[in-house]
Amino acid sequence: MQEKNNHSDGLDIPNRIDALPVRHTGPVVAGIIVAFVVAMLGYGVVTNSRFEWPVVWKYLFNERVLAGIWWTLCLTALSMIIAIVLAIVLAIMRKSINPVLRAVSWFFIWFFRGTPVYTQLVFWGLFSVLVPKMSLGIPFTSIEFWSVDSSVVMTSFRAAVIGLALNEAAYLSEIVRAGLEAVDSGQEEAAQALGMRRTLIMRRIILPQAMRIIVPPTGNEIVSMLKTTSLVMAVPFTLDLQFATDAIANRIYKPIPLLIVASFWYLLITSILMVIQAHLERYFGKGFEARSLSSGPAKGAGDSKSVSAKDKEEINKKNDATLLGLNA
Amino acid sequence: MTQVTANPKPSSNIPAVKATQVHKAFGSLHVLKGVDLTVMPGTVTVILGPSGSGKSTFLRLINQLETLTGGSIEVDGELIGYKHVNVRGEDKLQTLNEREIAKQREKLGMVFQRFNLFPHKTALENVMEAPVHVAHMSHSQARELAVQELERVGLGERLDYYPMQLSGGQQQRVAIARALAMRPEIMLFDEPTSALDPELVGEVLNVMRSLADAGMTMIVVTHEIGFAKEVADQIVFMDGGVVVEQGGPEIVDHPSSPRFQDFLNHVL
Repeated sequence: MQEKNNHSDGLDIPNRIDALPVRHTGPVVAGIIVAFVVAMLGYGVVTNSRFEWPVVWKYLFNERVLAGIWWTLCLTALSMIIAIVLAIVLAIMRKSINPVLRAVSWFFIWFFRGTPVYTQLVFWGLFSVLVPKMSLGIPFTSIEFWSVDSSVVMTSFRAAVIGLALNEAAYLSEIVRAGLEAVDSGQEEAAQALGMRRTLIMRRIILPQAMRIIVPPTGNEIVSMLKTTSLVMAVPFTLDLQFATDAIANRIYKPIPLLIVASFWYLLITSILMVIQAHLERYFGKGFEARSLSSGPAKGAGDSKSVSAKDKEEINKKNDATLLGLNA
Repeated sequence: MTQVTANPKPSSNIPAVKATQVHKAFGSLHVLKGVDLTVMPGTVTVILGPSGSGKSTFLRLINQLETLTGGSIEVDGELIGYKHVNVRGEDKLQTLNEREIAKQREKLGMVFQRFNLFPHKTALENVMEAPVHVAHMSHSQARELAVQELERVGLGERLDYYPMQLSGGQQQRVAIARALAMRPEIMLFDEPTSALDPELVGEVLNVMRSLADAGMTMIVVTHEIGFAKEVADQIVFMDGGVVVEQGGPEIVDHPSSPRFQDFLNHVL
């Protein structure tokens, strides 16, 4: 690879070095060991009849399993959307100059991070027991304009979404806050000097830059949420992927093949999410990533001050460093 | 490249900036200890001084990026940061709210040592940001203005470049264009060339020089003695939080205080 690059620059260098690359024995040794272990495991998986692969195949596209995937995706998507919006609001409140808003945000995070999500889900499942009737009226009087049975509003699906969302918002808001704080303070000063006000600065300057820092860990949170949805049986909500495969397993007394079915689908969805995350990271990295100048903006013809190749290389290096820092 | 058609302010008797006995403390650290300074419209004031002398803090006070501890600053005859109110027959100072402060800042443009361009926006978008979202100009109008300002600083061909794709000198020129797009009456420069490679300093100073020629009121904190001598109407030497020496550009060649003399020996 390196050798090839050396020759592809088209430069006429009379004393070009044509040396053999450094010998690395590590990859070869590791490769042999890994190949051996993989072969051993693979052999075991294929030949061990207790994995019951025919059963796996039979139920992989089972109607109830497919419906379970759909509900799991719905739970994940809805609760994440609510959580992200709420988390941004909470993070901004936490940094507000208004002490009441700061306290409310602190309390929310303290409460929802401090109790297990399973407990919270059970609680939301019992909401209609706790508050049988919801009404709109004048508080502390008996005047009521409108009222409704809680059990009608709080279906088990909604209870599950709310439970997951509120818990997730508490975690996410800390991620968002870290992102907001990572934006250089000079950005706010420059915006202030232009006459911009706090809310505008937050929306136009700070938040877009914080997104670059927020997106990678949020991707993690979505993957984590996908799997946390398997706890909604606490509500109880009984249509998600985990419950569906569990139910089938209990019916046919074959837990292992159905665990494989569940794992397969969870893994597949996670993989798709990873691809989406990579795209989002690129989008919010706008202006930070190294763009090849030739394919980027219009080239200033004949401008002596155009960025030199060396500058470009330096920019590349800087970006690599930031990306590494982010992933670490 | 740097044809400036700025707005020479009709010279009036009201100072553009008038600082009276300005004090600033960060906790127990007393940074400014009674600074008096008057800047007349259409003039260039250069503030020199060793680092830690409080010159940057003074500049930031004018733009309310820091709050005053004591004394007062008037911009265009208007007290900044506070207003006088009458509380039961007693004259008190009332701290201005965010909207009022933002309004006062519109008269002032500021250029920072580390440029502080918005990295997620192109050069053009950086310049358009405030005209669109603060001055509520239409998008096309703001674009026209931004192109004009970027051409003024010689970057008409770099409109769609992100800050990271520009050299330091180019970034600082975008920052100047960004500040000018809000049509400020006074420009504040906080060590605008200190973060630049030596070969890039000239292009930024050129833009500043033409801005001064066009009659812009400027307050410049810098270490560029040559620029000060050539462009300044007034030079102020600060040290230890006070103004040590003040006068026309000739004081650089004939400093009267030993401290200024000492500083110049180190810088030149």
